[in-house]
Amino acid sequence: MAKTSNSDAFVEFERVQKSYDGENLVVKDLNLIMPKGEFLTMLGPSGSGKTTCLMMLAGFETATHGDIRLDGTSINNIPPHKRGIGMVFQNYALFPHMTVAENLAFPLEVRKMGKSEREAKVKRALDMVQMGAFGGRRPAQLSGGQQQRIALARALVFEAELVLMDEPLGALDKQLREHMQFEIKRIADNLGITVVYVTHDQTEALTMSDRVAVFDDGRIQQLAPPDQLYEEPENSFVAQFIGENNTLEGVIKGINNGVAVVELDDGELIDCKPINVSKAGERTRVSIRPERVEYNKSRLQEGAHTLKAEVLEFIYMGDIFRTRLRVAGNDEFIIKTRNAPDQERLQPGQQIEIGWMPEDCRALDAT
Amino acid sequence: MSDTTNSGPMLAADGTPLKRSLARALRRQKIRALALIAPLLIFVLVTFIAPIADMLFRSVENQIVSETLPETVEALADWDSDSGEIPPDKVFEALYIDLVIAEAEKKHTRLGTRLNYEKTGVSSLFRKSGRRVGRFDTDEYTDALTEQNPDLGAPATWAAMMEDSSVRSSLPLTTRTWDRWAAYLISDGENPAEEKLEDVLFAALYFDLRDGASPSDPRLSSLDVSNIEPVDLPASFADADKDWLDPSVWKTIQVYSPNYTSGYFLNAVDMQKGPDGAEARPENQQIYIMLFQRTLFMSLVITVSCIALGYPVAWLLANLPARTANMLMILVLLPFWTSLLVRTSAWKVMLQQQGVINDTLVWLGLVADDSRLVMINNQFGTIVAMTHILLPFMILPLYSVMQTIPETYLRAAKSLGATNWTAFWRVYFPQSVPGIGAGSILVFILSIGYYITPEIVGGTTGTFISNRIAYHISSSLNWGLAAALGSILLAVVLLLYWCYDRIVGIDNVKLGG
Amino acid sequence: MKLHKTLLASTALTVAAATGAHAAGHGMADSMTLVSWGGAYQASQQNAYVAPYLEMNDGVSAAWDESSAEAVAKLRAMNEAGNVTWDLVDVVAADAIRLCDEGLAMEIDHDEVLAAAPDGTSASDDFGDLIVSDCFIPQIVYSTTFGYRTDLVPEGVAPPSKICDVFDLETYPGKRALEKRPINNMEWALLCDGVAKEDVYDVLETPEGQEKALAKLDTIKDSVIWWSAGADTPQLLADGEIFIGSTYNGRLFSVIEEQGQPVGMMWDAQVFDLDGWIVPAGLPDDRKARVMDFLKFATDTQRLADQAKYISYGPARGSSASLVGQHADLGIDMAPHMPTDPKNAANTFLYNYEFWADYRDDIDAKFQAWLAK
Repeated sequence: MAKTSNSDAFVEFERVQKSYDGENLVVKDLNLIMPKGEFLTMLGPSGSGKTTCLMMLAGFETATHGDIRLDGTSINNIPPHKRGIGMVFQNYALFPHMTVAENLAFPLEVRKMGKSEREAKVKRALDMVQMGAFGGRRPAQLSGGQQQRIALARALVFEAELVLMDEPLGALDKQLREHMQFEIKRIADNLGITVVYVTHDQTEALTMSDRVAVFDDGRIQQLAPPDQLYEEPENSFVAQFIGENNTLEGVIKGINNGVAVVELDDGELIDCKPINVSKAGERTRVSIRPERVEYNKSRLQEGAHTLKAEVLEFIYMGDIFRTRLRVAGNDEFIIKTRNAPDQERLQPGQQIEIGWMPEDCRALDAT
Repeated sequence: MSDTTNSGPMLAADGTPLKRSLARALRRQKIRALALIAPLLIFVLVTFIAPIADMLFRSVENQIVSETLPETVEALADWDSDSGEIPPDKVFEALYIDLVIAEAEKKHTRLGTRLNYEKTGVSSLFRKSGRRVGRFDTDEYTDALTEQNPDLGAPATWAAMMEDSSVRSSLPLTTRTWDRWAAYLISDGENPAEEKLEDVLFAALYFDLRDGASPSDPRLSSLDVSNIEPVDLPASFADADKDWLDPSVWKTIQVYSPNYTSGYFLNAVDMQKGPDGAEARPENQQIYIMLFQRTLFMSLVITVSCIALGYPVAWLLANLPARTANMLMILVLLPFWTSLLVRTSAWKVMLQQQGVINDTLVWLGLVADDSRLVMINNQFGTIVAMTHILLPFMILPLYSVMQTIPETYLRAAKSLGATNWTAFWRVYFPQSVPGIGAGSILVFILSIGYYITPEIVGGTTGTFISNRIAYHISSSLNWGLAAALGSILLAVVLLLYWCYDRIVGIDNVKLGG
Repeated sequence: MKLHKTLLASTALTVAAATGAHAAGHGMADSMTLVSWGGAYQASQQNAYVAPYLEMNDGVSAAWDESSAEAVAKLRAMNEAGNVTWDLVDVVAADAIRLCDEGLAMEIDHDEVLAAAPDGTSASDDFGDLIVSDCFIPQIVYSTTFGYRTDLVPEGVAPPSKICDVFDLETYPGKRALEKRPINNMEWALLCDGVAKEDVYDVLETPEGQEKALAKLDTIKDSVIWWSAGADTPQLLADGEIFIGSTYNGRLFSVIEEQGQPVGMMWDAQVFDLDGWIVPAGLPDDRKARVMDFLKFATDTQRLADQAKYISYGPARGSSASLVGQHADLGIDMAPHMPTDPKNAANTFLYNYEFWADYRDDIDAKFQAWLAK
């Protein structure tokens, strides 16, 4: 992973820790550097510390230890209203007693902006989210998606360079969510703003972000662009958390020339790419993506490792087939194969042979 | 579709017109709904609507005069009160008949009390005259008439005579008097045909005959009244109490003889009936307008101080962690568990000149021992004690509204650049206004009708209109005036409610959620 | 079978008891609701004759209702509703007169209903002119008089002994407590404004006289705390909030003798009033019979004298006076503490019922307007 040089750091967390009760750390030693214009997503299960990080950045929580810098200056002691950071809240937090236009004008008013300038900016912001006709409505008269747009417009109207979004699409239905993902990304790109986006939805994270920070247990487990995160998870948490994943438990027999030999629990030996395992005798968890496994012999590439498997379930899903197998004692081994004319449709109980390339098989930590 | 629109109304499956069967189904639903709320409806009607209706009625009701003095009221109708002279003898004759019967029924002093509200002295006038009216010289009529026809001395004769319609029509006054007398005896469990005949019956008979009645009944046709010396009733009354010679007493009876009166309401706004209609009362009797104003003003001050004190508490309640908030809530509700009297008396101990607060101030040297602060038995004490007592009624609706305002609104405002104060004032406060509205209405309406606390700690400058209402209910027994004052208070509350609806909007009142 | 018999027997007993204990009481109800003032006064009634009466009459019970202060209003309301739940009501004489006037109280033949004195004097002679109404059965004579803090009397000055000392702020500075109504206060004000005692009501009848009385009260208005409950003045005296205040003499007795507060009595121009029983009109026969039976006992010479053991109010019967002894707990002679004691009664007033029945509404309106100014 290419380290961003400190000089173009826009947002910077340095050794940040946070504890609420003085006993447990919610955020443990967080280090993060974001360049200007980046769309970074903090992804993780609830309680992983991602929202706390966002709130520390916004100024609603103070860091117990460490330094948070914005554009080179420490903002630890700057109150939230002076940070100039736009924020979109989970339930939008549109002020119910104000009209849409008044909501948008609010940040401009508190900045003592003149009336005409205010109106122009509000109009521009509304047009940007295609809500130009709704200025006179109350938030309660809008649909969820419309409220979402207004919340976005309000966070952008005062031209913040950094915008924080706390699960902004959580309350929308699937279709609208996908549409809004695209919309947010488009606007963010157009305006060139820096975005920190918090979500627990990995699809959202993968589709929108320049980089994703996967949080667990108060730490960033991996910070990488979406493709890298998916294809090259650095530990078994990330592998499990991002996308669908098959795991097989075993012990490292030896590591030679970047190839680890793993003895699976049923005695089978396979070759894998060692990621965060170091020595023989260590327990490991082998990770293989379902779409990297083949059972059609003609499609197996040379050097592929094969294993016996029993079909437990076969689901026809239109574009793909999804098959559940028993492999090396694991009943939850999933493979996804493209629906192609030459692809055999399997029957439960059928004994087959499956195979994958050793570089698609990643030996990770066993925790 | 086209054939139904062309062939008249839509029909239900059984052939009845759809509209009718729908109406029937809805009616059944309505009846069922009505049956469900019936217990509450009846309860409200009996305990709330009926007393209010009764109060409104009492504030104008004045039948006591025409019921107790029916003959007098009628005889007095033609009298010119501005003549400066006492009414003619006929009125005294009517009063004699009315008063004898009222005295028997024990109604005359109640009437005296009623008219005493309008004219001082009438109370004792009626009581004294009631005692004396039985001893007037009207027994002369009895003697003279029974001498002419001894049969008339027998109650049974009278009872039989008064069954006869020709007698009844020829002797109207006698008939009316007999009927009232007989009704009184019957209600007392006696038989009119057996009880001793009163002089008043013979007096009535004499008046009828003197005025030219000529009954054909043989028992009466022989009577000749021309030789009977008339009793000087005005003199007899004047002998009982000289006030009967005062035309203003008669004027009071005349003015208050209609069945309904505006007198109580006029009194309730410091006015009275004068020669030219309503006029202001003498200045040294004006009190109610001032009390209404004071009640409204102090209720307003109490409401405002409840907002000022209750708002932060409610905010804390809504924003503290649940455990602490529950603890605090118990403290807020604690006053409800102690008696109102105890709480009010506690304020006495705190605020009086030898009380805890003054002692502390003197000890601290902030106040000299000989100039201790007067904090009780005045408006200040009333406001303090009532604010304390009514505070929960402000805090609870405020709290339940504030609970529904998520913290994120404040955060959002701050993230948009608002200072703490701007965020509160522009974003949080407007959303808590419905709670303030509900709390204010509760506190204001409660305090406007408050009675015990101002009575105990109000002294002379801190009492409310309700204290006067209570006085008229339980001490002066002027229930009509109390009802008029209560009705005005009710009207003021409704008016204020209407104004509030106009200005703030009643949907801007929330008790929670 | 046995159970059945027991049930029958107990049912029969219950029925007998419920139908008014015919065997024991000759058609008398076996419960009474007595209305009184609560506090020490009610306790004295309970001790002197209610408890002894219940002891003598097995199966009879008595319940108290502390509503005497609103007795007239409540009786009127009960009467309108047609359901009088009270059997015997303790009221002040003025209220008894009002109740009698309105037909809400039953007229009584005192000689027939009440016991004669031990020496054979008839009840009506024994009570004398204290029978101010045909419905009224007097029990006690009480007075509204003044108590003052002995420790707040300025040095070198004699303690207050005249009614006009109440109006003398220069010699006796400090707060006063007066009742929040014109009755008594107006009379005292006129007395101290130079009106002769016998002319007080003639003067008070006139608007000028009323103005005069209020003007006199004006001179001390700023120093007055107005009370409305009998317990207020004793408490204000005990707290040292006032220097002098009017209240009922029995209340002052308990502050001085029972609580030992530094308070003295000022009997000058005390106003006598009467307190006694009335029987509500229209009671059913069995309840009326019970009440009459109780009344005969409770107002006899000994019982009224007994009551004075518990409270310093004078018994209304002439024949009781010589029987007044010592306080039941304190063991002190009660006679000197009675308002009727010759030493205390040198200068007295008797509540003028007739006058106040007429002028109450009018003067009260003026008084309240004056108060609120």
